[in-house]
Amino acid sequence: MKSEVITKSIKTNKKKSFFKRYFGQLDLQMMVIPGLVFIFIFNYIPMYGVLMAFQNYDIFEGMMGSTWVGLEHFKMFFSDPRFLEIMRNTFVISGLKILICFPAPIMLALMLNEVKNMAFKRTVQTITYLPHFLSWVIVAGFAMSILSTDNGSLNFALEKIGLIDEPISFLAIPEYFWTIIVSTNLWKSIGFASIVYIAAIAGVDPQLYEAAALDGASRFKQIFLITIPSIMPIIVIFFILEVGNLLNAGFEDLLILGDSAILRSVSDVIDTYVYRVGIGSGRYSYATAIGLFKAIISVGLLTLANYIARRNGNSLW
Amino acid sequence: MIKPTFGDRIMIVSIYIFLILLGFVTFYPFWNSLVISFNSGQDTMLGGVTFWPRDFTLENYQIVFQDKRLLNAFLISVLRTVIGTFLSVLVTALLAYGLSKKELIGRKFFMIFCLLTMFFSGGLIPTFLLVRGIGLMDSFWAMIIPTLVLVWNMIIFRTFFQQLPKGLEESAKIDGCGNWQIFFRIVLPLSGPVIATLSLFTAVFHWNDWFFPSIYISSENLIPIQTLLRQVLNSNTVTSQMSQLDAGALAHMSNVAKVTGKSLSMATMMVATIPIILVYPFVQKHFVKGVLIGSLKE
Repeated sequence: MKSEVITKSIKTNKKKSFFKRYFGQLDLQMMVIPGLVFIFIFNYIPMYGVLMAFQNYDIFEGMMGSTWVGLEHFKMFFSDPRFLEIMRNTFVISGLKILICFPAPIMLALMLNEVKNMAFKRTVQTITYLPHFLSWVIVAGFAMSILSTDNGSLNFALEKIGLIDEPISFLAIPEYFWTIIVSTNLWKSIGFASIVYIAAIAGVDPQLYEAAALDGASRFKQIFLITIPSIMPIIVIFFILEVGNLLNAGFEDLLILGDSAILRSVSDVIDTYVYRVGIGSGRYSYATAIGLFKAIISVGLLTLANYIARRNGNSLW
Repeated sequence: MIKPTFGDRIMIVSIYIFLILLGFVTFYPFWNSLVISFNSGQDTMLGGVTFWPRDFTLENYQIVFQDKRLLNAFLISVLRTVIGTFLSVLVTALLAYGLSKKELIGRKFFMIFCLLTMFFSGGLIPTFLLVRGIGLMDSFWAMIIPTLVLVWNMIIFRTFFQQLPKGLEESAKIDGCGNWQIFFRIVLPLSGPVIATLSLFTAVFHWNDWFFPSIYISSENLIPIQTLLRQVLNSNTVTSQMSQLDAGALAHMSNVAKVTGKSLSMATMMVATIPIILVYPFVQKHFVKGVLIGSLKE
């Protein structure tokens, strides 16, 4: 009886004081309101805008007045003559990036860990982190300069050592495009991506190395027996994220370096196609549908990757 | 100490060789472009300019600095970077501070509200139509407002604020300070490193972004330098590269006649890169820390 009264009074007390409590911390609430409003406008309203994938969006009518067409745009994409080519490019470019740009920073971190000369180590780190901070426009500018036919450094060097007689127009030949994209991405990301692994390696218990050395394991063996197993959880987490991003084959790099009619057949991926179809040709509903198709598969991939990782004891959530 | 085995010695030597090669490959494109930008354009066309300028000249830079369009684009980039970074870091830090307070009503809901945006987004087209719909098209603010709150940065800020000692804030509260006063007088001065790191990342984003202006901005006098540079590099031939440049600069060029499209675009690229190179050494220590705070949260 008594306790009932008490809980009741607590309840009413709570109810009464909600507005009081809210206005009591109004200054605190005012801190978060601007940020939340911007997130609402620029993240949540576009999420609602995704519905136009199921409409024939009319710029003059807006979303309210446009007609609903169901899955028509999705069907249109699947029967698009470029569908297979775009999916192939997406998977190949993304796959090559995972195959090469994902393990490379791990190897760099492992190598840097063996370097005992601190000045040398710091110099390599400073140089390799730098490209991360350059824009793709600049990186593409470097690539164009180095690979150019009129005395670009690569053609110059290849001619000098006698490997080729005529300069090769690397950036205009589709066969070279994937190699160029992967190399420029590797160049830009290897150093910066290694930071996390360097930190993880620094956290490995030194006693493990001492024990292994006493047991007669060489430095080379210690890398495989101690360092790599110790940082495996982090590698797995980053790998999951990477797989979840499988359909993000790249955007700025492909737009800048692959932006010529000859290269479209190897450079167009889902994201660049959405841009060309949507912004370029103004087919908003069609482009949104393609984007949504990609988003749905991405969520599926991430879930699948996490499921596999969880079965092996490392998971993201 | 145990003596390194023969195999280990070979490994160490090959690691050093590999890292030297990597350093060279990473640094060379930058160095070569710098050299070409200081070399006479005509001489560069003869080929073989690699490690050192053969016909040293400042002409390329003289012309670049006379190009009014380019100077204007540089100014726009500076304005965008300064204003965009300041506003973004301010709004993001305020949001993060509010969300770091346990007593904030609706805290859990607000957090999920923010985190969901990291997994789902409307994508390019709906965002583009929204920006156009609210009349931001072709305005300076189109480059600043849509990316004002960066949820990733918010999480890093919040983690940092939560680790601050509570004592200072509490004693300030007893002295009658409000939350805003505590934030500006106590919390921000204690947050130097994290502010430096996140400002750097935000500033780099604003300085390097060429894509959003390319879809949101059509007025020539609002185009930032990276977008202009993209237009210049994108035009395939030397003549069209030159025609991208200001008429005044072109007239000047016919007098000099020693520059080429390539030497000019290299100089322009250097102008667009130097601000980053200048800031880089000062914040290097901080960003390593910043990356780690971020990845620990993952």
